Amino acid sequence: MIPTKFEYQRATTLDDAIARLQGSNGEGKLLAGGHSLIPLMKLRLSEPGILVDIARIEGLSGIRQKDGATIEIGATTTHHDVATSDILASQAPVVAEAAGEIGDPQVRNRGTLGGSIAHADPAADMPAVMVALDAEVHLKGGNGWRAVKAESFFQDLFTVDMADDEIIAGVQFQPIKAAAYAKLHQKASHYAIVGVCAALQTSGGTIQSARIAVTGASTHAQRLTSVEAALAGKPLNQATIDAAASVAGEGLQDINSDIHASEAYRRAMVKVFTRRALEKAAARA
Amino acid sequence: MTTIDRPVLPKLVGARIKRREDPRLIQGRATYVDDIKLPGMLHMAFKRSDIAHGRIASIDTSAAEEMPGVELVITGARLAEFLGPMPIGTPFPSPDHHSIATDTVRYQGEPVAVVVATDRYLARDAADAIVVAFEPLPAVVDVEKAMQAQPTTIHAAFENNLAVPYVPGGTGVDAVAGTVDNSAIDKAFADAEVVISQRMVNHRLAPNAMEPRGVVAHYEPGKDYMTIWSSTQNPHILKTFIALMNGMGDHQVRAIAPEVGGGFGCKINIYGEEYTATALSKKLGVPIKWIEDRSEAFMATTHGRDILCYIDVAAKRDGKVLGVKMKLIADIGAYNMLLTAAIPTLTMLMCNGTYDIPAIRVELTEVFTNKMPTDAYRGAGRPEATYFLERAMDMLARELKMDPAELRRINFIQPDQFPYATQMGAVYDSGDYEKALDMGLSLANWNGLKAEQERMRADGRVVGLGLAFYVEVCGLGPSSSLPTGGWEHAGVTIERGGKITATTGSSPHGQGNETTFAQMLGDQFGVPIEDVTILHGDTGVVKQGIGTFGSRSQAVGGTVLALAGDKVKTKMAKFAAAMMDAAEEDLVFENGQIYVKGSPGTGKSFAEVAAYAYVPVPLPPGLEPGLSDEAFWEPENNTYPFGCHIAMLEIDRDTGEPKLLKMIAIDDCGNVINPMIVEGQVHGGLAQGIGQALIEEVVYDEDGQLITGSFMDYAMPRATDFPRFEMDRTTTPTPVNPLGAKGVGEAGTLGSTPCIVNAAVDALSPYGVKHIDMMLRPEKLWRIINEGAQA
Amino acid sequence: MSDTVPVRISVNGKMREAEVEPRLLLVHFLRENLGLTGTHVGCDTSQCGACTVHLDGSSAKSCTVFAVQADGSKVTTIEGVANGDNLHRVQEGFWEEHGLQCGYCTPGMIMSAINLLGENAQPTELEIREGISGNLCRCTGYQHIVNAVQHAAGQRG
Repeated sequence: MIPTKFEYQRATTLDDAIARLQGSNGEGKLLAGGHSLIPLMKLRLSEPGILVDIARIEGLSGIRQKDGATIEIGATTTHHDVATSDILASQAPVVAEAAGEIGDPQVRNRGTLGGSIAHADPAADMPAVMVALDAEVHLKGGNGWRAVKAESFFQDLFTVDMADDEIIAGVQFQPIKAAAYAKLHQKASHYAIVGVCAALQTSGGTIQSARIAVTGASTHAQRLTSVEAALAGKPLNQATIDAAASVAGEGLQDINSDIHASEAYRRAMVKVFTRRALEKAAARA
Repeated sequence: MTTIDRPVLPKLVGARIKRREDPRLIQGRATYVDDIKLPGMLHMAFKRSDIAHGRIASIDTSAAEEMPGVELVITGARLAEFLGPMPIGTPFPSPDHHSIATDTVRYQGEPVAVVVATDRYLARDAADAIVVAFEPLPAVVDVEKAMQAQPTTIHAAFENNLAVPYVPGGTGVDAVAGTVDNSAIDKAFADAEVVISQRMVNHRLAPNAMEPRGVVAHYEPGKDYMTIWSSTQNPHILKTFIALMNGMGDHQVRAIAPEVGGGFGCKINIYGEEYTATALSKKLGVPIKWIEDRSEAFMATTHGRDILCYIDVAAKRDGKVLGVKMKLIADIGAYNMLLTAAIPTLTMLMCNGTYDIPAIRVELTEVFTNKMPTDAYRGAGRPEATYFLERAMDMLARELKMDPAELRRINFIQPDQFPYATQMGAVYDSGDYEKALDMGLSLANWNGLKAEQERMRADGRVVGLGLAFYVEVCGLGPSSSLPTGGWEHAGVTIERGGKITATTGSSPHGQGNETTFAQMLGDQFGVPIEDVTILHGDTGVVKQGIGTFGSRSQAVGGTVLALAGDKVKTKMAKFAAAMMDAAEEDLVFENGQIYVKGSPGTGKSFAEVAAYAYVPVPLPPGLEPGLSDEAFWEPENNTYPFGCHIAMLEIDRDTGEPKLLKMIAIDDCGNVINPMIVEGQVHGGLAQGIGQALIEEVVYDEDGQLITGSFMDYAMPRATDFPRFEMDRTTTPTPVNPLGAKGVGEAGTLGSTPCIVNAAVDALSPYGVKHIDMMLRPEKLWRIINEGAQA
Repeated sequence: MSDTVPVRISVNGKMREAEVEPRLLLVHFLRENLGLTGTHVGCDTSQCGACTVHLDGSSAKSCTVFAVQADGSKVTTIEGVANGDNLHRVQEGFWEEHGLQCGYCTPGMIMSAINLLGENAQPTELEIREGISGNLCRCTGYQHIVNAVQHAAGQRG
């Protein structure tokens, strides 16, 4: 219940935060909503020496749409604000939908999108959505700005493509209607045993392309490329969905197994929730 | 002469009276243990074992001792120099169990050292700085392996880890003579046309009162007096044990249960942390506080259930049950706590259920394992018995292709058979089981539900109906069945100003006795509820008591309160009679008045009579001044509430996720003081019973590591997990106490669990399934749907 | 580096200033430093919601916020929701409908219910159940809590 001691620093700007990270000898960790980090600190599973609070850096929070196209969500935007955003409801409802599935109301009020993806819990919801939407993660560090595709940002268990002195400023993705997130809840934590995000580009009843990503199943959020291949160019109908879902998870390595779900069950659930996500996405096409 | 100057008071008993506890609770103005701050108070934190079984090779406390704010660091071996092993509350043989392990740890989370520091944060830091080296021993985790030529013995004196070995009970067993006659049970099975046999597990649960445990111990050296505040269900028992363990008399200890944030059985026990806090407070002469973290609670607060059963039911093809055999094996964990060994004996006692069964044979074995000890958890032994029997009855109905309700109906003990002596030695007080069954079937629209189930199945949905009937043993007493004493105590004082202060040895922590008991006294004395205060939970205020457990508050605590009230009322009537020159037996207490029956306008006000009793000029002959009295009372028998629970459950064909669609509960707890509170009690019990069936399970791995060590892995029911419960009651008063009240605190946990599993089996019966062990993990159900009954 | 940092937090309308360790959790700041013990601690993994307060207007688990993060913020606790002797309508609802038993989860539950009704004045039963899904209650089975919130929303006679 009681974290170990640390030094607290409040950053005023992104550059200030970067400088503080650089001056921390690797001891520094970023703090925004704290809803990934503080629970670990209370159990003393994480004992950072310095916390750099970026919650009040101006411009890091908020949801914007640029030129009627690209949507940008600031890193310190809370899940609640994502879940209830009018822009997202009309331009990318899947993002709001997935945010609304995170934790519970209080957690959504404090937890942030940036924190969720930086932490990269293997069972977190947002990473799958970011990968499926082909989002870019915008980072700033000692070497300046960098944009990383979500797909390559999530590398492994709790591991992301982020240098010690880098900070997520936000994510950017294109509007999309025909996308959906479907999740099997772990009943205690309400993390995803399996969560699948399906994003479809359709035209005249045909799937031009699809991006499907899964979370909870393995070490990190990743694409289900065999499903995508099974969808591309096919008519958008139940038969296509069923056929594509039936190959979901093929090639997935390092499937998680715990008391809540064995490897075999998780593999099966990847198929089930791929189908459900596709059905919901198709209904929005 | 006083005239009535206020409206006629409504009768309080039986009414939905808003709780008098609530204003402080809804405003954050209640005082729980952690809210207590005393001058100079120090804080305690424990270093706990991270392995399940091992010898303590060394403990290095040097770093902890050097940390700022640390007043004391002490290991189990050093503590044992002035604090002995913990006593238990049952007559079973028991291994030594120290508050802090002295040389061997036997479950993950067992304390190995303690720190006392000036601040809670510093105490935690210092406890974490203690370095312990263990020589690990093999962990004994599987209960059936543990009891059979197990190479690892957890306690040297208990061969094969048998805490209570192979105790027979039931038909033909004479425990006193030590003889067993098998002829009746053998005949039952010889005559059987159908036999149902099944191994079933009633798995381990974590009680999880929302307030974790906590204690403040304050020894005052100048007075040689100890005050202990603890989140306990029974301060008087706590007081006795704390005195005993600290070498003090029980006149030197005051135990206070302040606001207590739920108990559910796990706060009956007196724990090592409480003994340690008091012993160290005595040693240091300062107050010491300890508050449990939830992670500690999962590891080191008693668990519940964890009994497996091999059950055989012998029956005729017409459904008449001839005999039942149960082999019960209880995994009690690493030690005997206060009531650990007794809980499975309640399972044994209730194996008869609600049925007129000619022969029953039960054999009970309790086994030590390297897990947290079990003890009472809401229902405490009775849900286990109900579960085993009601699952087996359901299997029998399925085998015979009978409606499960009809099978129960033809086996019920009939109303004219009460009092009914069971094969297990219980004497059921009263009951009308068929009435409750019929009410349940009617409220549920049982046949309508069956039709709906068929429609849903036709749509490809996996849906089941389940029904379970239960009887439980409540109102625990008399003293012959409760080592702590099976009575309760109450005191009633009419204050000089005509208000009433009453004390009760019941120690409510959510049950609402400040309201229900005030309702009773209000009616008894004819005064408004606002004029009554109920005090509890403080041995300095409440002279004697046993406490709140076993659904005994109303049946035992309520009865004794009424008896104490009678004594005071009788005396008050004498004062009033003297004032009015009337015969005391003609007096009526009503509406704030005491008057001669038939002449309500001619009496004295209640307050006037009270004032006279305290300044009695003249003092009526034969009377002492004042209006205060007390009573002890114990029932001659327990009470046996019963009921019928019905569930409709859907299982997601794709994922195996179970969803409770309907939950119907008929409960008969005898006469009711406050229906709103009774409903709340049933709701809470249902939630815990449903939780056990669907989402709650304590899991240890093969090394004895607790996998479900937090709310991240142990699923607690949330509001979204339940449909709206549909409820009703039948009322069959008990003859055991003058109130006719049976008890209701635990009832909800009894029927709900088996009826949900029955519903799950019903839902999955098309896949050839006959039994599914709880909890109903989605994966387990999914495998049955995908792989059939062999899954 | 100093071991403590200054914080200024407006709690229930009163500005509170203190020097605190950065690791001090907001719930402990409220309980230990300010003596506002109505906010409770029921777990250590941010699940149970017993510690729920309003932080800058929305519900938050105060066990998962460092006091220093709340520097400059407004906090409302259970002690701050009534208007003098007049209970908040959600408090009234809990009392009227027997929405509590042991009372330990109740302050957090009430804070969540107020948050819910602030966002959705006329929630459905399902929305109520979801709105309080970040709060665990072991006593009530939630049914009377749902009734209490409905009462506060004027949905029960």
